[in-house]
Amino acid sequence: MIGRGEQALNYAILLLFSVIALYPIVGIVLTALAPPGELVGFGIPSSLHLENFSNAWDEGHFSTYLRSSVIVAVAVVSASTVLSILAGYAFGTMRFRGATAGFYVFLLGLMVPQEALVVPLYFDLRRLELTDTYWALILPQVALSVAFGTFWMRAFFLATPRSLLEAARIDGASSWTTLWRVLVPFGRPAILTMMVLVFMWTWNEFLLALVMVSSENLRTAPLGLAFFQGQHTSDLSLLAAGAVIVATPVVLVYVFLQRHFIRGMLSGAVKG
Amino acid sequence: MEGVWGNREVPPATPALPASAALAPRKPGVAEAPPGEPRHVGYLYLLPALGVYAAFVLWPLGHTVWLSLHQWDGLTPATWVGLDNYREIVESGPLRSAFVHSLVLILFYAVIPVTLGLVLVAALSRAQVRGQAVFRTILFLPLVIPMVVVAVIWRMIYEPQNGSLNELLRAVGLDSLTRPWLGDFGLALPAVGVVGTWVMTGLALVLFMAGVQRIPQSLYDAARVDGAGAVREFFAVTLPNLRGEIAVALTLTTIAALRNFDLVYLTTQGGPGDATSVPAFQVYNRAFQVGQVGSAAAIGFSLACVIFLFSFLITRISERER
Repeated sequence: MIGRGEQALNYAILLLFSVIALYPIVGIVLTALAPPGELVGFGIPSSLHLENFSNAWDEGHFSTYLRSSVIVAVAVVSASTVLSILAGYAFGTMRFRGATAGFYVFLLGLMVPQEALVVPLYFDLRRLELTDTYWALILPQVALSVAFGTFWMRAFFLATPRSLLEAARIDGASSWTTLWRVLVPFGRPAILTMMVLVFMWTWNEFLLALVMVSSENLRTAPLGLAFFQGQHTSDLSLLAAGAVIVATPVVLVYVFLQRHFIRGMLSGAVKG
Repeated sequence: MEGVWGNREVPPATPALPASAALAPRKPGVAEAPPGEPRHVGYLYLLPALGVYAAFVLWPLGHTVWLSLHQWDGLTPATWVGLDNYREIVESGPLRSAFVHSLVLILFYAVIPVTLGLVLVAALSRAQVRGQAVFRTILFLPLVIPMVVVAVIWRMIYEPQNGSLNELLRAVGLDSLTRPWLGDFGLALPAVGVVGTWVMTGLALVLFMAGVQRIPQSLYDAARVDGAGAVREFFAVTLPNLRGEIAVALTLTTIAALRNFDLVYLTTQGGPGDATSVPAFQVYNRAFQVGQVGSAAAIGFSLACVIFLFSFLITRISERER
């Protein structure tokens, strides 16, 4: 059993590192609440000013940015989920010529960094007149998410009991019905984990938005915040309020679905 | 706590993915199922995903290689220059140092967090502490926050006048140490690196804590019977059994260090001078600011190769020692 001293040491270590992890985050929230112009240096503000949030919201056009981010995130998460389920189903339960080679091709996508793709993507999409549209933000992100999703769903389908598939087959279900009526309901937790990770990566993506989008009403939340930072270098509480606004949606999803975040990251979800 | 890998619905890691490969053997009983009967319908299921993937990953990747062999400003016709862009990476000081900087960042993003995580895990007893789930949630939080927001936060911390780091130094009487951290030639890169350490340490710690709890108690008992002290116990039991987790942590953090763009773009723009210039920033800068598209493509493709090489090496090393 565990001694009292050991117990205390455990708590001391965990507490210390939790404080280190939280300090900058609490600091920015406090700065966001401080009176405009008061330089608090992450200290306790003299009075609370919730209106910083509404000011930042209006001045920074964050409603526009959040709308863009939501449109892109919903499109990317739903498209890549469906495509990944279909492809993972093929790799995980069927045998066909080129399956192994095809899977390795998808694996490549887990390691290819955005930086190696963004240059030709920009010039190709510009020729197709797709830059400065939502498509330019959605399609490349779907493609990279599908690489991860296919890998993830294949592993899930490989781990599902064969009896489940066979029972459905004996009942005369087609492969399509088996997938959507039997396997997908059975795999809801694994699918949700994948969706949560893809959502986080899409919401936080910056480089793609920076390169592809120039008109203001298409800016995603992180890109909007970057521009907002350029304009408000002196008014720290307004900038801090903007930062909190941009982080809140993803943090909320994290708080409610944290088991999925942590499980996904811990099982080595390498994102290229 | 339920084992992180222990849930029924979690797909067992397949040996095909380098990072997870090392974890696979820990999950016995899930034999690689026979991949089903032959079905041509498989191609149909594959087609939509493969189409998007080919159009927006495979094609651009090939196009990157093609562009990297040219000199092109993005507007006028390109000229073929062979491997000149790659030669420039090796020979030109600024580009070479960009790659060297990313190696320094690996120290801060990967080596320090993993080492720190291991030291802490050795100090923590293996028993559960109450509220572990809460600690886990908090330690993971920095990984979830958008990098752009992280950059905004740390710019405020490093701010020369009223930043909390300099305020803290003044408060404890170390005024002489205060400086404009992100504007200092020698310290800007470490300052950017520390942000990476802040983000990644939680990942390593949570990963190792979960790993240690799955090591069978019998191994520790056996070591104790053999008269092993705490230190030997760590090196003989804990460390070898955490190999899979260490490989995952090193892979994730190393890739993050090499891909670092957002943070550098938003905090230092590669400055002061070239002090924090990294390959990802140079890709953006050359392609979209100064019109050296071919060179940008060469840097991007080299970066992809470096990431591939590191992932491969980490997996190989962790597997050979098994």
